[in-house]
Amino acid sequence: MSTTYLAAEAGDLAVQASGFFLENVWIIPAIMASSFAIILGFGKRMPRGGSEIGIAAVGICFVLALMTAGQWIGQVNEAANCTPETCDYIQDDHSEDTDDRSEDADDHSDEGAFPVDIGVGSADGESASALTAFTEAKEGSTSAAAVAVLSERTWWSNGGIDFTIGTMVDGLTVTLLVVVTLVSMLVHIYSTDYVAGDRRFTHYFGFLSLFTAAMLFFVTSANVLQMIVGWELVGVCSFALIGHWWEEQPNSDAALKAFLTNRVGDIGLLIGMIILFFASNEKWGIIEINAGAIDGTTSHTLLLIASLCLLAAVMSKSGQFFLHTWLPDAMAGPTPVSALIHAATMVVAGVYLIARLYGVFFNGLSIGGSSINALAVIGAVTTLVGASLAFVQDDIKKVLAYSTISQLGYMTLALGVGAWTAAVFHLTTHALFKACLFLGAGSVSHAVHSFDMKKDMGGMRKFMPTTYKTFLIGSIALAGLPPLAGFWSKDEILAGTGGWGFFEGKSHANGAYTIMLVMGMITAAMTAAYMTRVMYLTFFGEFRGGHHDDSHATDDGHADALHDDPHESGPRILWPLRILAGLAVVAGLMNLPKGFLGLPSGWTLRFEHYVEPLAATGYFPKISHADPSWSLAIFSTLVVAGAVGVAYYYYFVRVNAQSPSATELVNGPTERSGLLKAGHTMLKNRYYLDHIYDGGEPVGAAGASAMGTIFGAAAGLTLGFSLDNGLNQDFWPSLVWGALLGLTIFTIVTAALRSGMGIATVVKRPMANAANWVHENIIDAAVDEVGKNSVKTADALYKYIDQGVIDGSVNAAGRGSQGAGGELRRWSTGKVQQYATVMFAGATLLAGLLIIVI
Amino acid sequence: MYLIQFLILSSLLFCIGVYGVLARRNAVLVLMSIELILNAVNINLIAFGAFNGAAIPAEVFALFIIAVAAAEVGVGLALVLTIYRNSKNIDLDHVDLLKG
Repeated sequence: MSTTYLAAEAGDLAVQASGFFLENVWIIPAIMASSFAIILGFGKRMPRGGSEIGIAAVGICFVLALMTAGQWIGQVNEAANCTPETCDYIQDDHSEDTDDRSEDADDHSDEGAFPVDIGVGSADGESASALTAFTEAKEGSTSAAAVAVLSERTWWSNGGIDFTIGTMVDGLTVTLLVVVTLVSMLVHIYSTDYVAGDRRFTHYFGFLSLFTAAMLFFVTSANVLQMIVGWELVGVCSFALIGHWWEEQPNSDAALKAFLTNRVGDIGLLIGMIILFFASNEKWGIIEINAGAIDGTTSHTLLLIASLCLLAAVMSKSGQFFLHTWLPDAMAGPTPVSALIHAATMVVAGVYLIARLYGVFFNGLSIGGSSINALAVIGAVTTLVGASLAFVQDDIKKVLAYSTISQLGYMTLALGVGAWTAAVFHLTTHALFKACLFLGAGSVSHAVHSFDMKKDMGGMRKFMPTTYKTFLIGSIALAGLPPLAGFWSKDEILAGTGGWGFFEGKSHANGAYTIMLVMGMITAAMTAAYMTRVMYLTFFGEFRGGHHDDSHATDDGHADALHDDPHESGPRILWPLRILAGLAVVAGLMNLPKGFLGLPSGWTLRFEHYVEPLAATGYFPKISHADPSWSLAIFSTLVVAGAVGVAYYYYFVRVNAQSPSATELVNGPTERSGLLKAGHTMLKNRYYLDHIYDGGEPVGAAGASAMGTIFGAAAGLTLGFSLDNGLNQDFWPSLVWGALLGLTIFTIVTAALRSGMGIATVVKRPMANAANWVHENIIDAAVDEVGKNSVKTADALYKYIDQGVIDGSVNAAGRGSQGAGGELRRWSTGKVQQYATVMFAGATLLAGLLIIVI
Repeated sequence: MYLIQFLILSSLLFCIGVYGVLARRNAVLVLMSIELILNAVNINLIAFGAFNGAAIPAEVFALFIIAVAAAEVGVGLALVLTIYRNSKNIDLDHVDLLKG
């Protein structure tokens, strides 16, 4: 396809990977699912309320995930050191090959890979020449790509289509397996302290287990149907856990909002998957769909439409602009849940979806040859929107939530510019340091019983030294200062945009993504600045908590106890923090740039080597890899350091000089400049998006329409570019059509959201009342009635059946035999002749009968 | 000679025997009546055997029955003797130890 891409490094050869853990990976989600069932069934009777089951299950899963990862690494190494004598190469004809492979997937240990005509153990001239040609092409290297392990069973068949269920394991899958189980395990441990004494403790751990099971099921899916199931399951768990404390109105509202916003995107998911199914000759399998998209058998127009539909799903699940508004609200859930679901794992489901179906997106959106496309634009806008909104939040969790949106935008951007590995790598490092940050925020709020940085925090460094240190490490990693994890992955994304070549005066392979580089760079600066702000407001200055004691008379003993000096959290909170902080320091070393400090190739790009499928597997597009650039790395580090410096000067010097307990300058820039003040107001109102969605103040209907038009036109521009590149139409007509289309879509989405939220708001209370009524009057009443009636029935049974029928029959049998005996005794007179008379009479009778009958 | 003549004789003997068994009170007479019944059966057997022919001569059964009857009478008389010793009476109406 695209000519701008270099040939893949490892040539066109592929071998089938195999191994026990790779083929039986279904065990891992199955363990978590059974843990959910056991916790629901027996959790309340356990000494620790079911948490021990969850921790044990997720611990086992983590070990299994590590073993799976180890086996995958072994398989990749084996494939890389392949020689034609030792390996069975898969024939390099993907369209036929994938069919064969899916048929033989169940027992490829027997069949192995597919014997090919490249001289395996054969010495005729043709194969020898093929081998020579191949060897020359590879400069002596005989490495091959390891193909994902597919284990499938037919679920059911209908109309000639096999609906299969199974697992697909490759580098991407094992990465997610390890990340999900690791973060989930630490969150489980953390939660035993954090939600200790909660009234729905068991329910909480049950849902953690279910969530982990759903996410693991999602990442191991072999076909898109399973992905939909996993996708919806994580959505349900998210809903349940955001609304964990549903007694308070905002929490249940937030849960509803998250669910409804995700539903909007889910429609896109369903439509996209259905289009893919028909476009790829009625195939559900991920490998088949990708292979069809890559080798050009799938219609390009359908791919474009499908990937735009799937993009809607990604936007809602992964909190991309303009469907991100649910994510900050989702912070209403318990903090460990925010760490696990709304930062580290669930929200990356969208990113994972793109990464998994990368063939579809790559060709559908023409990522390889395009200068701009919907995915990259959405990602770039999202990083900026998220980072700018993170500035004005007072709630520490909301800062992290917007930061998550911003970082997810980074990942989407990376996928949009073709830097697949950078996106997945950033996903991994981000999961570690963002979980660390969230859990750290939870630890602080656990101590001060609040999330408000300006009112209740400040100076926490003195009270919570360990939390402070780990949070600091997480912040540096997020800000992207070397050598912590965030630096490596962020820098890889920036390099992956290829835009740096533009500044260096090169005509780079895909240098046209320059605008993405600029936006990413601005975001990096903003990230560094707002994290500095969070550090100051939370850990430096003077402790501003406990003010409730001063304002209220201290006759309230409870308040006294509550607002004592905050103290450091317990070990079950601190150890997950330490582990995550440690990983945040070292995780970046997994993927050192090529040729970094002259390290041998066995030390660099390990992540890329083991995780990224090669084009030779047939289900992954040929993507280019940007060359790492020292100048870019130094420049981005300087940008970040500069942003930290500015924020440091503002908060640590100016604000601190004003008063140690101050949070902002009294006469700060936003009050002096009208423009800045307007900008600040707009940020405070979250770009009025929520107001557009619910049509409320201060925007009003007219303002909502105006903003809607702007966003719609922006979306339309994006779409226009996509259509332009995807369909090779003329630019301006497709721009106009795209703008119209985008406006329509945005209007529909807004209308759907608005009516959804409206309906939900209007209907919620009656619904709740109705549900309560149903609960009281139907379910409970039914249970009561059943109970009462059971007692009645049992009474009746005792009275009539037991006493009457059973005892009665026994007694009747006794009485009957007694009476019969009384009657019969009169017959036994003891007179032999009487007996004889009867006997003769009987004999005569029988003889008479005999004669009559015969 | 017709078979029916033998059957009539046999049935008369049988009826007399039955009457004796049911009506007489003297135990010895009851025993004798039983002999009559058995002999009625013997006549029947021999008559049927003579007129219809059979694989095994009917006399075999008759002799067999006579032998059994002899044994039966022996046991019966011994019983009667014992009853007499115990109750100085062989009136069967008084022998009602099995009365319920």
